Amino acid sequence: MQQKIPFYLLIILLVGLGLGSAVYRHLNLEVPWLPGEIREVWSVEARLEFTAKGEGVVVQLAIPRSQPGFTLLEQGTASPGYGLSYLTEEDTPAVRWSTQQAAGKQVLYYRARFLLDPVGSPAWAAPPPIAPAPILPEPVTLAANRLIQQARQQSASQITLAAQLLNALLSENQQVQLLEQNRDQPAAAMLLMRLAGISARQVTALRLRHGRRNQETHQYLMVYEGDEVAFFNLSTGKEGRPQRLLIWEMGDRPLTDLEGGRNTRVSFAMQRDVVSVQQAIEQKYQDDSAAQVSLHSLPLQEQQLFRGLLLIPVGVMVVMLMRVLVGLRTSGTFMPVLIALALMQTALGAGLAGFVLIVASGLIVRSYLSRLNLLLVARISAVIIVVILLTATFSVIAYNLRIVEGLNIIFFPMIIIAWTIERMSLLWEEEGGTEVMKQGGGSLLVALLAYMVMSNSYVQHLTFNFPGLQLVLLAFVLLLGSYTGYRLIELIRFSPLTPQDQSGALPGKNASVDNRKPE
Amino acid sequence: MGWFISSGKLRDLGVLGMNERNIDYISRHNERRLFPLVDDKLKTKKLALAAGLKVPDLLGVVRYQHQVREIAELLHNREAFCIKPSKGSGGKGILVIHDHDDEQYFKPNNQALSLVDIKRHTSNILAGLYSLGGQPDKAIIEDLIHFDEQFIHYSYEGVPDIRIIVFRGFPVMAMMRLSTAASDGKANLHQGAVGVGLDIATGVASHAVQFDRPVTDHPDTGMPLTDIRISDWHRLLHMGAHCFEMSGLGYLGVDIVLDARHGPMLLELNARPGLAIQIANSRGLSGRLQSIEAIGDQVMTAEERVAFVETQFA
Ligand SMILES: Nc1ncnc2c1ncn2[C@@H]1O[C@H](COP(=O)(O)OP(=O)(O)O)[C@@H](O)[C@H]1O
Ligand SMILES: [Mg+2]
Repeated sequence: MQQKIPFYLLIILLVGLGLGSAVYRHLNLEVPWLPGEIREVWSVEARLEFTAKGEGVVVQLAIPRSQPGFTLLEQGTASPGYGLSYLTEEDTPAVRWSTQQAAGKQVLYYRARFLLDPVGSPAWAAPPPIAPAPILPEPVTLAANRLIQQARQQSASQITLAAQLLNALLSENQQVQLLEQNRDQPAAAMLLMRLAGISARQVTALRLRHGRRNQETHQYLMVYEGDEVAFFNLSTGKEGRPQRLLIWEMGDRPLTDLEGGRNTRVSFAMQRDVVSVQQAIEQKYQDDSAAQVSLHSLPLQEQQLFRGLLLIPVGVMVVMLMRVLVGLRTSGTFMPVLIALALMQTALGAGLAGFVLIVASGLIVRSYLSRLNLLLVARISAVIIVVILLTATFSVIAYNLRIVEGLNIIFFPMIIIAWTIERMSLLWEEEGGTEVMKQGGGSLLVALLAYMVMSNSYVQHLTFNFPGLQLVLLAFVLLLGSYTGYRLIELIRFSPLTPQDQSGALPGKNASVDNRKPE
Repeated sequence: MGWFISSGKLRDLGVLGMNERNIDYISRHNERRLFPLVDDKLKTKKLALAAGLKVPDLLGVVRYQHQVREIAELLHNREAFCIKPSKGSGGKGILVIHDHDDEQYFKPNNQALSLVDIKRHTSNILAGLYSLGGQPDKAIIEDLIHFDEQFIHYSYEGVPDIRIIVFRGFPVMAMMRLSTAASDGKANLHQGAVGVGLDIATGVASHAVQFDRPVTDHPDTGMPLTDIRISDWHRLLHMGAHCFEMSGLGYLGVDIVLDARHGPMLLELNARPGLAIQIANSRGLSGRLQSIEAIGDQVMTAEERVAFVETQFA
């Protein structure tokens, strides 16, 4: 018992590490527990159009960055003939195009892909300092102060104050008219915020709608109060941020800044893609350290490989369960896992049919070979070659019959199949067909079970996305390895030992002592 | 009814299960480095000879494929013999020939094999077809054992052997294994041989099984199996107990054959003896194993251990 304590500590450690890493990946890297979750990825294209005057052109376009709700996955431009630089270190990030000379209509594109991302994004930029109130004509100041005073009476906080002020601006009374005499509505709103001492910024936002083109931006007011941020639509005064509202520019500046041209126009097109969470995560953490993202950072082909590899322990565990708890015997310890792996590459029905076909025809070939009196190695090699030839033939036939799954026969581990054929044919010679059916059937049964577990989408999802769970499997296998209880078939095997049998001990027991032969 | 027994009842009966045998007995009492001694019959033979135990005569060993060609000469002046894989188990690959004329070789059931068949069989043995894990092997050619007259009616076309489970040097359970038509001249239970439980103190038969199910008479000869009584049982117990010192294995299956001319001989040792012996004796092993564990590490001679068994397990 005492030596067992370190063992159980090890088990607990393994389980803890495994589950811990899985929980970590779930919480910090957003890997979902269940497969099939999807995320939206938005492709947004800004189209900048202007007429160049025939001289040098320098044009800037404000660009968005990752923000609560959206993670920038990638960005790019299409601007033949223009030099390009990203000004991402500035307060308001932008892209700058420049060229020596351009004339006539110019069209430049900026494209970005955003993940609609409900969790784990950077916080909003800090509130801007409140600028001192500008010098205004007396009546304007008066009107503004009146509005502010009224609003203040009806509000409890900076945000509600801002809401009241925006409401007031929408009603067409005298004070508002005065305020809006030589400035547009957004400017009037900003002026009021400044005078009321509210920290706010005017932002340019884009509403994302699937498949739209020629979209315009909207002006929003972003009001800060402590950690809280509120958005107001400047043209309607409504509070709130729609889920798919992408804030494009936050610096109170125009979207574009053009030298050497005129008639600027910016319009947007957008497109939604639905991707699996895995794909989304993969793109989101592309740049992070490989250790964090692990398998997702590998090239696709290798990922595919690992997907299969990480399932093997599960299959092995099924085999172990069947052997240790049930007591099934299989021909070749882990042969069923290999068959199961092969079945995963083929469709189940086609795979089974293919397997039985190969083994059966192999047995026939083997029965001929046995008459030739060859060395064992030579015989197995011959069986391998014949099996491969048969496989090729079956594949061609299947293909011509338009059974595409037939092609997948090639995934069977030929060498192992050849060895199985050899053993089975010997078994056949020595103990007859029934024993072959028994052992072959047992292997196939375990293989099917392993296949069912391994092809389960939850199992696949968990093994691939949480490699740490392998440690839990390891712990489980270790535990199973120290299980000393009875196997299921032993309950049947030892059933003759049931006590009532004992009372009826075999006749002749006493006689045997008396009747023994003289020596 | 009767085809199933609950695990609680099995435990009450002290039946040793496969998992428990593997973990608590084999891996705890049998050092891995000692396994090759018993997994290779050639090594066991040398060991037994050195320890002064009698073993069936070794006629020859075929180690390389090219020697297979000369096998006819090797067998020429031997009328009856047995070819077996040195690293085989469970009776696999054992070929018993009781007569031949250099062209035809007769199995105990008088089925004739050609020299080609013999060569192929030997070559298969060398390639590792019957050995553990398929490793290359040697073929042993052994003198045929002529079993004791008294068993002539109990064994069908093959040599019966006696299996004794020896735990830490104490013989704890024994059975006699009788070949049947099903087992093809070999006395291995899962090939279809009959197992007859023997009282460990006296060598008198109690119950019998075939294919894990109770039987009363020999399926081929019809003889009542419980009439069996092994003579000179004490000597067999002593042989079994002695194998502990010889092999160093704590949990051991000792296979002994009774040769008509040479008396009891050690056929082979087994580091993973099967559990069917419990059905043949209609009792579990655990109780006896535990009472021996309870003795502790006290050093006893083989004679003392046998005496212990004869008094305690009577
Ligand atoms: N020399 C022999 N002569 C006759 N029969 C033999 C001989 N050797 C083995 N046998 C038969 O084969 C059976 C198995 O032999 P054994 O040496 O115990 O090999 P295994 O390890 O395969 O059990 C014996 O029980 C006996 O019936
Ligand atoms: Mg044996």
